Amino acid sequence: MSQTENPPVVDDGEETISTPPVRSTALVARAMRLWRTRIGAFLVLLLVVVAIVGPFIAPHTATYFAAIPNSPPGGDAGILGTDYLGQDVLSRFLYGGRGILIMAAVSTAIGVFFGVAIGLVAAYARNALDDVLMRSMDVIMAFPQIMLALVAVSLVGAQAWVIIVAIALTTAPRVARVARGAAQPVVERDFVEATESMGVSRFRIITGELLPNILGPMMVESSLRLTYSIGVIAALAFLGLSPDPNGANWGTMIQQNEIALSTQPWGALAPIIAIALLTMGTGLFGDGIARTAAGIDRERGEE
Amino acid sequence: MTWLRHGGIAAFIVRRLLLGVLVLILVSILVFAATQALGDPARAILGRNATPASLDALRTQLHLDQSLLGQYLTWAGGLLHGDLGSSLAAQEPVSKLLGARLLNSSVLVLIAAVVSIPLSIALGSWAALRREKAFDTVTSNLMLVLAALPEFVVAVLLVILFATTVLHVLPAISPISVEQRPWDVPKELILPAATLVIAVAPYVARIMRASMVEVLESDYVEMARLKGLPERTVLIRHALPNAIGPVFQVIAINLAYLAGGVVVVEYVFNYSGIGSALQDAVLNHDLPVVQALAMLIAGVYVLLNLLADVATILVTPRLRTRL
Repeated sequence: MSQTENPPVVDDGEETISTPPVRSTALVARAMRLWRTRIGAFLVLLLVVVAIVGPFIAPHTATYFAAIPNSPPGGDAGILGTDYLGQDVLSRFLYGGRGILIMAAVSTAIGVFFGVAIGLVAAYARNALDDVLMRSMDVIMAFPQIMLALVAVSLVGAQAWVIIVAIALTTAPRVARVARGAAQPVVERDFVEATESMGVSRFRIITGELLPNILGPMMVESSLRLTYSIGVIAALAFLGLSPDPNGANWGTMIQQNEIALSTQPWGALAPIIAIALLTMGTGLFGDGIARTAAGIDRERGEE
Repeated sequence: MTWLRHGGIAAFIVRRLLLGVLVLILVSILVFAATQALGDPARAILGRNATPASLDALRTQLHLDQSLLGQYLTWAGGLLHGDLGSSLAAQEPVSKLLGARLLNSSVLVLIAAVVSIPLSIALGSWAALRREKAFDTVTSNLMLVLAALPEFVVAVLLVILFATTVLHVLPAISPISVEQRPWDVPKELILPAATLVIAVAPYVARIMRASMVEVLESDYVEMARLKGLPERTVLIRHALPNAIGPVFQVIAINLAYLAGGVVVVEYVFNYSGIGSALQDAVLNHDLPVVQALAMLIAGVYVLLNLLADVATILVTPRLRTRL
């Protein structure tokens, strides 16, 4: 297992790296040589900064009445104009990302944690436990993410924890399937048997031997799942189901201002652009990691 | 049970069928348990000021006076006979309530599938053949970006482009009235169907490209070329069947995903289908409708996965011989 960073590779398309398990930091560092990873990371970072710093630099509060409803940009109406209630679009935009981002990050993290744990245990067990675990995952996967979230939220209420649990619950089985698939060939390898014969505990084998060897696919899967979580959380808000239905939230803003698209497009367009750039960012970043991890990348570093 | 493990294709299909039935039974238990856990439906329907007498009457009507197992068996038995129960809000059989909406949604999903599957297979294969050339670079990056966009973002962007702000060539909403059938208003189907195509095609095209790239580098394609077969024969007879196998799984997952994605798309376009039915049902605590829709969508998922598994085996030469 090469735990050190690979020697620098000249980006001339002559890469001969197979699939050595690399430390996740080394993997990210290598992936950063690709433009798509850089662009993805930049977009994610940009939107995260907007979401976190936004509320501090917003010119008004999220519910400040700036000018008559649907005023075009300029004058009292501010840089992006006002929304359907006459509130400042720029301020609502700057306030509207934080909730989505935090909920997406927390729910994805919980889902990935349990998914990886279940997938690794199933792959290592190789017996009836494997079947039971994976069939249970099949059952949960039979419900589309948005449907399960919609039912849970509408019946229990749109509290943040309900949304987080619903998304974590639907993320875990999808991650588990990939984790099990990636871990299966590792379980068959000699070093696992060698470690077993040394009397190392099963917990240590799973965390110390299996987990480091599937970090690449798991990082790819995590960024893919994060992309979907952002989409589902924003979509729920768009359907009117967010912890604070009248609060500033990108999904809610799109729903509320969609009607005025032809007269004052910014109320809906600004959050649309933000969500689009954010999901594109996680998508590009994940693809960059995937290409690097699979060692199939034949692209030049500079496109 | 040994013949099931070593019995060729028939045994494989039987095994998959049994597994599918098992998953469906577990799904039905989960759906039933989840709706049970959400509190007393009778109280939810009648509200806080209900009299004990009316509560009891409704509980009897809903079979809530039976034991949990009895309730489950009554419900599951009904499902097997095609009896989905009665809607609490509309006081109508669920099948009658959902019939037209199910048709509307199916038409939408079917159009999206018929357009997106050949399109994405063609795009993915073509990109693989033109690897690293301009066409591949452009489509691969475009697909990557499109695959990341949530459906409702795509839907609203399409509305901006074609229905409101930029162009005014297509209707912005697609309400289908009770007397109408979807094919009576083809123009209203274009944007919702296009949204679903954009939600699915990029993902399938990317997998198709990856699979095709791998197959084109394989020994048997090399062999077929060395035998002097014309390139067209190599591609259609040798490369495509092997490359398309893994893609069936992805198509199945994506079609099942459409059943969920359609909820949001139907909302954006005000389209009268199962998505809006599900939304209405959860808001009204209309449990029989929620249960029926959950079972329906889960059933579609199990069925599609089964079909994908069988299709993959039947179409992929190397897997067929291994059975």
